[in-house]
Amino acid sequence: MQPAIIRAERVEKYYSQPSENRIQVISPTDLSIVQGEIIALLGPSGSGKSTLLRMLTGLSTPSAGQVYWHEAPIQSADVNVSIVFQSFALFPWLTVLENIEAPLKARGVDAATRRKRSIKILDTVGLDGFQAAYPKELSGGMRQRVGFARALVVEPEVLFMDEPFSALDVLTAENLRSELLELWHKKTIPTKSIFLVTHNIEEAVLLADRIIVLGRNPGHIRTDFRVNLAHPRDRKAAAFTQLVDYIYKVLTQPEAPAPALPNINGRRVRDQREMKYQMLPHARPGGIAGLLEFLLDHGGKSDIYRLADDLAFEIDDLLPIVEAASILKFLTVTEGDAAITSLGAEYANAEILRQKEIFREAAVENVLLLRQIVRALQSKSDHTVPEDFFHDTLDEVFSEEETVRQLETAINWGRYAEIFDFDSTRRRFTLPESALAEPESAFADASEAEEEKDKQETGL
Amino acid sequence: MIQLPAGFHLRRETLARSVVVRRSWPVFLDLCVAGILLACFYAIVQVARYWNSSPRTDFAISLSPHALPMYAFFSIVRIGFAYVLSLAFALIYGYIAAYTPRLEGLMLACLDILQSIPVLSFLPGVMLAMVALVPGHQLGIEMGAIILIFTGQAWNIAYSFYASLKSIPRELTEAARIYNFSPIQRFFHLELPFATIGLIWNSMVSVAGGWFFLMACEMFILGSRDFRLPGLGSYLQTAAANGDFRAITYGLLTMIAIIVATDQLLWRPLIAWSDKFKFEQTESSNRVSSPLLHLLQHSSAIRHLRQRTLRPISELFYRTSHKRRAAQHLQSASNSRVQKMLRYVAAGLFIGIVLFAATHAIVLLREVRLRQIGMIFLGAGATFLRVFAALLIGSAWTIPAGVAIGLHPRLARIAQPLAQIAASVPATAVFPVLLLAIVKAGGGLGIGSIALMLLGTQWYILFNVIAGAIAIPSDLREVGRLFRFSTVEKWKVIILPSIFPYLITGLVTASGGAWNASIVAEYFRLKNQTLSTFGLGAQISAATDAGQFPVLLWATIVMALIVVTINRLLWRPIYRIAETRYKLSA
Repeated sequence: MQPAIIRAERVEKYYSQPSENRIQVISPTDLSIVQGEIIALLGPSGSGKSTLLRMLTGLSTPSAGQVYWHEAPIQSADVNVSIVFQSFALFPWLTVLENIEAPLKARGVDAATRRKRSIKILDTVGLDGFQAAYPKELSGGMRQRVGFARALVVEPEVLFMDEPFSALDVLTAENLRSELLELWHKKTIPTKSIFLVTHNIEEAVLLADRIIVLGRNPGHIRTDFRVNLAHPRDRKAAAFTQLVDYIYKVLTQPEAPAPALPNINGRRVRDQREMKYQMLPHARPGGIAGLLEFLLDHGGKSDIYRLADDLAFEIDDLLPIVEAASILKFLTVTEGDAAITSLGAEYANAEILRQKEIFREAAVENVLLLRQIVRALQSKSDHTVPEDFFHDTLDEVFSEEETVRQLETAINWGRYAEIFDFDSTRRRFTLPESALAEPESAFADASEAEEEKDKQETGL
Repeated sequence: MIQLPAGFHLRRETLARSVVVRRSWPVFLDLCVAGILLACFYAIVQVARYWNSSPRTDFAISLSPHALPMYAFFSIVRIGFAYVLSLAFALIYGYIAAYTPRLEGLMLACLDILQSIPVLSFLPGVMLAMVALVPGHQLGIEMGAIILIFTGQAWNIAYSFYASLKSIPRELTEAARIYNFSPIQRFFHLELPFATIGLIWNSMVSVAGGWFFLMACEMFILGSRDFRLPGLGSYLQTAAANGDFRAITYGLLTMIAIIVATDQLLWRPLIAWSDKFKFEQTESSNRVSSPLLHLLQHSSAIRHLRQRTLRPISELFYRTSHKRRAAQHLQSASNSRVQKMLRYVAAGLFIGIVLFAATHAIVLLREVRLRQIGMIFLGAGATFLRVFAALLIGSAWTIPAGVAIGLHPRLARIAQPLAQIAASVPATAVFPVLLLAIVKAGGGLGIGSIALMLLGTQWYILFNVIAGAIAIPSDLREVGRLFRFSTVEKWKVIILPSIFPYLITGLVTASGGAWNASIVAEYFRLKNQTLSTFGLGAQISAATDAGQFPVLLWATIVMALIVVTINRLLWRPIYRIAETRYKLSA
């Protein structure tokens, strides 16, 4: 076993809440980065991939546990890493050359050496002649090359990449990937290890020597395995597709119950799966209907990997839709295969009003948050409830950001299925007229007219 | 110079400050700020009371046109000093506020209130204090004027810098951290460039505001004392007082010339240059061009100069800062305990002083009789009605005019530069002339003061409406034509909702400006007689004249409270609606 360059020991991340609870983002995790490997970190959105990357680089301090750089605590060590960012993170007011020279300036390298090294690295990534250009004059692919050059010019021991290809078009990304591999295999760059965060499964299998898959709620390592395929790897090869399929299965498999989490400092750490709220996947009803229709056309059952391929979807886009459909019991997932249920088939075949009806019943039946909103609306005399009411309840379970997204999704589903209306100016839920009782119908008409007007105005 | 539409979003940013930071304990923080301000006021008054020497102040202001260039020069220098001071303050204040979580809330609340406080009522205190501090007579007045202008222009620049720092994209900050940028490198490579555009636009607004105050504070009377400084403001005031129209014309022409020159020689090149700091992914097609900038950028002399001076200095700097950091790495965290103690002591001292001075200020407040306080509140009501009238009249003409200009590019080409020049003349400079005309026509200061408020603030509304009208997408207008909307329908359904957020932005700025203007507007000395009308502004000015500090303090507090309350209770909710419901972009 080689000595680790970076080693994380029981690192975790959580946010304390004002109440007794705290929100666990990443549960205690061990992880080492050793010399000579490309590690790919995969996981659905919300599994804390980026958070983990930032803890490993020392950018973010773990809530508990410790990260070591060559066996010394990372805060006090002289760390030599670089990050290639998804958004490139170039300084738009500096030229390409100045952008690349900036990290060297920070290290006190003198002007002549700085220039020499920068020009050399520009040459390596294929950017000669672009020194004097500003980033905004370049295409996305060229910009990311600058990002690579800036990261490589300091000759980092570990090169971190945070979804470096996901802002690029397919062909550009493919091209950059193979060039990166070439630099790595020919040892043109002195980098000892590469750590890549991605949500693209094929990309991970194409590049990595080792793949780590994260699960979520809270983020934890599901599996960590080596890829022993020879380079260059063939996407069509059986071993390759098997591996991709395997990762899909890991990602879509219903999770085995995790052991109970311990008490820490007298505070109970709550796992989100124990909570009564399930996490609503951020899918739109239209997307769910579209997926079901597609499934129906393909015989009602399909491998999710194949599905993603046919739809040209990436896993981050497809999984929430699959999950949403399975929460609503429109389909079932077993071993990476999605199969449509009879309810799902009825939904997919129905015309629009009937579709809404089916969706309404399924949603109120299966989604606790929606059920609670309906119940609250019915029990209030004026049939309106402020959003804040649910915001505060959800806040106990989810992070601030996630709470907002949960409510957004719930509002989206509720509006579509006409379970409730939502007044976005006053941030209040209201019961739609159709659901109001008879005696109030006159009142309802008046408010309907008003609603209509509102819609017209907001439509503008 | 008042803002062009292109810069309007900065003022919107200023308003949406609540979005940037969700403040906790707002009431508590406001109370803290109020305490600090009371303390400051008391300190200023105390220093002022020590003043007992009488400097020679009564030199004559010459009305000859030959004196004008010299006067203009003095005024420009004053504004320049005040601006440099403001910028330095803004950078330091914004930086500390953005990077000190513990102070952030308090510092922001401070900015919020300072922005809405009537600066002019600090005039007597500041003047007296400065004269007391600097016994050599003219210098004290000079510094007082500069500090006063400073208090008129620093806050929005500071806020803009703070907001920029807070909105730096996370990945850029992370890049700076992962590559170990030193604080100074981060400042020059990331923070300052990112904030440049906001700083420039806010500087333009601030310097325009500076002219407004300069006109008022170059020459004023406090009790029996007459303060005056040689400058454009005192020239215009003297000219108006003597009813010398020739001199007034010369003075105004000089003023306009200065403003146009600043625009062409300073702001335009700066804006054109700042284009490279735009944080955008694609290159925009319409850019401001400036021949002067072109000249500067292509001058080889300047390039040589830079290579000889700036380069070596920065190189040296980077090398030493790296070495220093490497050394620091070894001996960190040893003296943190002493530092902590020191910090507590400093904080304790600060709180003690603030409490002491604030209680004394409250004692000062108790000297005012109840009847006087009642009058202050009545006066506040009168001024409120005037501000309201000014906003109403302003909106009545600027909305149709602004929409017409915004929707017709050909009209805009003629009207916009004219409006910009008209807007750039500080209202306080024109006011004496206007007032002469009104008095001649038989009107009083009641109408005159509304006219001044209007003069100073209508432009904010106009330019915002123009910007809003320009931003109406053409397909919306086509929908109106397609369905044959009547004029009323078109205004109700398309135009008014579309310009609503812009209109609100304009109104907020205008309302704050109008309150501040009331101090100058409701009480005016013309040809050796004092015109005044009933109102809060007049009470502030009168108390200034008579040296009644307790009344002045009361009136100032009331005005600040009203402005802050209106902002919080009226404008902010409306603004939020404008931002959510009537926002055009998805």
